[in-house]
Amino acid sequence: MPQPSPTTMVPIVLTINGVRHELSLAPWVTLLDLLRERLGLTGTKKGCDQGQCGACTVLIDGRRVNACLVLAVARDGADITTVEGLATGDELHPLQAAFIEHDAFQCGYCTPGQICSGVGLMQEGHAHTREEIREQMSGNICRCGAYTNIADAIEDVIARQSASREAAE
Amino acid sequence: MEALQSNIAHIGKPTSRVDGKLKVTGRARYAAEYPAADLLHGVIVSATVPAGRITKLELDRARAVPGVVQIFTHENRGKAAWLDRKWRDEVAPPGHPFRPLHSDRILFDGQPIALVVADSFEAARDAASLVRAEYDIDDFCTELEVRRPEAYDPPEKRSGIPPPPEPRGDAEDAFDRAKHRISSEYRINAEHHNPMELFGTTCVFEGPGQLTIYEKTQGSQNSQGYVTSVFGLRSKNVRVINHYVGGAFGAALRPQQQLFFAVMASLELKRSVRVTLTRSQMFYIGYRPDTYHAIALAADNKGRLTSIMHDAVAATSHHEDYQEAVVNWSGMMYHCDNVKLSYALAKLNTATPCDMRAPGASVGVNAFECAIDELCHDVGIDPLEFRRINFASIDENTGKMLTSKALLECYQQGAAAIGWDRRPVKPRSLKDGRELVGLGMATGMWDAFLMKAAAEAKLTADGRLEVSTAASDIGTGTWTILAQIGADALGLPLEAITSRIGDSTLPASPVEGGSWTAASNGSAVMAACEAIKATLFKHARAMTNSPVAQAEYDDVVFAGGRIALKNDLARSLSFAEVMHAADLAEITETGKAAPSLLQMRKYISYTHSAVFAEVRVDEDLGVVRIPRIVCAAAAGRIINPKTARSQILGGVVMGIGMALHEEAMTDHRLGKIMNHSLAEYHVPAHADIADIEVIFVDETDEKVSPLGVKGLGEIGIVGTAAAVANAIFNATGRRVRDFPITLDKLLA
Ligand code: FES
Ligand code: FES
Repeated sequence: MPQPSPTTMVPIVLTINGVRHELSLAPWVTLLDLLRERLGLTGTKKGCDQGQCGACTVLIDGRRVNACLVLAVARDGADITTVEGLATGDELHPLQAAFIEHDAFQCGYCTPGQICSGVGLMQEGHAHTREEIREQMSGNICRCGAYTNIADAIEDVIARQSASREAAE
Repeated sequence: MEALQSNIAHIGKPTSRVDGKLKVTGRARYAAEYPAADLLHGVIVSATVPAGRITKLELDRARAVPGVVQIFTHENRGKAAWLDRKWRDEVAPPGHPFRPLHSDRILFDGQPIALVVADSFEAARDAASLVRAEYDIDDFCTELEVRRPEAYDPPEKRSGIPPPPEPRGDAEDAFDRAKHRISSEYRINAEHHNPMELFGTTCVFEGPGQLTIYEKTQGSQNSQGYVTSVFGLRSKNVRVINHYVGGAFGAALRPQQQLFFAVMASLELKRSVRVTLTRSQMFYIGYRPDTYHAIALAADNKGRLTSIMHDAVAATSHHEDYQEAVVNWSGMMYHCDNVKLSYALAKLNTATPCDMRAPGASVGVNAFECAIDELCHDVGIDPLEFRRINFASIDENTGKMLTSKALLECYQQGAAAIGWDRRPVKPRSLKDGRELVGLGMATGMWDAFLMKAAAEAKLTADGRLEVSTAASDIGTGTWTILAQIGADALGLPLEAITSRIGDSTLPASPVEGGSWTAASNGSAVMAACEAIKATLFKHARAMTNSPVAQAEYDDVVFAGGRIALKNDLARSLSFAEVMHAADLAEITETGKAAPSLLQMRKYISYTHSAVFAEVRVDEDLGVVRIPRIVCAAAAGRIINPKTARSQILGGVVMGIGMALHEEAMTDHRLGKIMNHSLAEYHVPAHADIADIEVIFVDETDEKVSPLGVKGLGEIGIVGTAAAVANAIFNATGRRVRDFPITLDKLLA
């Protein structure tokens, strides 16, 4: 019986960091490998390729997702933000700046995933305490052990955001 | 040294990483992220049995996958060195280094048996999954307990690893006669490094015999030497780059399989090739070996140690005698006249173990410090008091003096920070809700090495300084501290300094390990900068109407890009003026660091720490939480308190992993590691880590290294697991001697 080939190309459109990409892709290409191997967006990291470490976390339509678990063709039409898309020109996203300030990384390999995950977490709005931050960041492993500093960075940005919201009200 | 003291601006100041912006924006490139024209992708196929021979390899289905270019096996692998010694890297232990695809022999489960190369990663991955192998399986054993009776003293010692010291006094007799004694056996299960970055190599084929290799390694020059030796290439034609390394913890000290495969395929196919290991394959490239520790200790009524015996057995592979200093620490942590230590190896059918954060000490000190806690309990003395009473002021193993040891300050400040006086004297006597609460502590110790290293410094007339050495930054902060050292040496702002590391073409450096990089490469950079200053001064004096014409070198300071008279700062010359007058566009100098053999005859140096832990254990469920850990370290001069603190945090977190989470689970009937993924090999996650406080006590040490620096990469892990285990005993009254302390053991 002829099998559908994993190499038959499928046309899709993705918006990545605000740029529209018209792509023709084999269905077996994960979003992670698309970013890293085909589009040169190596900021998104591969730490396991099995959905177990969070290094590949990106934002798909605003939600944090492990890019290694997503076949790119299944997300036709999606809007994707990677770590490369968080800064505005030369101005870092507040969480990126807070990561530097709090030394929230060492080797830096889990960092893009931690930052995208942290941005996603802040948008979800469910983390109000340090406990909750730690719990809701637990899908992102940092083998260098920067956890306390990562929690500090996220807590700091959440506090500053709610302070500026209150000031605005 | 002089100038540093008169001009401290950056050293000692918490400084954000100079590579921080690249890392938070995703622009720092790791080994597998470099583009190359016409790049091929290689995926390794691993053996599924632990010993024997390959009888048949079925490759047809794999070859049929569109995009597959070549499949390498032991039958058609590319040319590589025949002689064993050609495969030995800088840090290889005694024995026969593993040679991938050398023959049909299987030495360990997970051994690479083929490389599939294709024009896309997906095709290579798919084809690799279609390779089938048949084996003749030999007898094998992966269980240390079974091989333990055959443990042996390794005939050839590993370079750099001191064997256990000769016994002193009569430990057995003292033990027999003692009022208080304990005798226990500890076991620490095998652990895996699991850095977040998958091991990867991008080998760029620049022309026949000419390669640029982006490689995950802790030593670009070690990898470069390996490649030239194994493949018979000319040194000048092979360049290894490791600008950013996504964690390593020792796993990237030795060249790993992906390097061999990427280079071999690249040379054979005359194309650029990238090979990345899978997470599961990373469980077969070396590990922290399982160890057993039989420890017997004795003390008198007053809590003075009278006997120490520590016998350790550690796993190694059949092909190499991997060795660590496991028991030596037990002979020098405390003062004791009767000491007997031994260390033996037992061979298993596994990959060769490899150094993992504080190799030897993290297991040896862990077991020993738990046993000390048992002895304290037996004597009925406070564990902190016990450690003060038995303080050792020299290295009793060698009789050498210590260059510094501010450990008593660590005890004092750490105890104050954790609130040691809250510790319940009686185990299992403090409860909060359904949780049992306890405090525990341990001492930590690690070598303070100074290694041979070289550096170059280049000052340009625009006031910029470049410092270079073939060091690596595996998250340690090397990029940043070298810039800080350069800035202070010449009195320039940090922004004016560029560090260059992570490239085999730079001045000679040892591998990044053993916590010696800051001291060794840092001192070499400082020496190079000092040479620049001497040259600048020479030219400054020679200038007509020079304000420093009559001055001696000691009469001037270098600050703000100028040379000025110390006693009249207004009289000065800018570096640019001096260089212009001497008609120099740049000044380049080299510097070296090396241990003083003369000093080493009398002195020895260690980093010390005191670790305090508070634990809470759910009485019904056995769940352990660690709300707070304090690590107080005496590590000489701290160049960058910000990155230094992170080093300790990382060590403590890995120590928590050793205490509670990490273990390789091998099915000994199959000889296979069953939990070779991050889902099943648990490393500490966010939810496991609460509050960690790091204290650096003041410690001035002018002998340990020209910079007064001791190093911080390992000390954070040493003692941490013991502090947690001792706190668990204090909380629950249960002494678990088998690490990690999982809840089944607590409830058993
Ligand atoms: S690489 Fe996707 S979760 Fe690890
Ligand atoms: S910074 Fe290295 S793994 Fe998180």
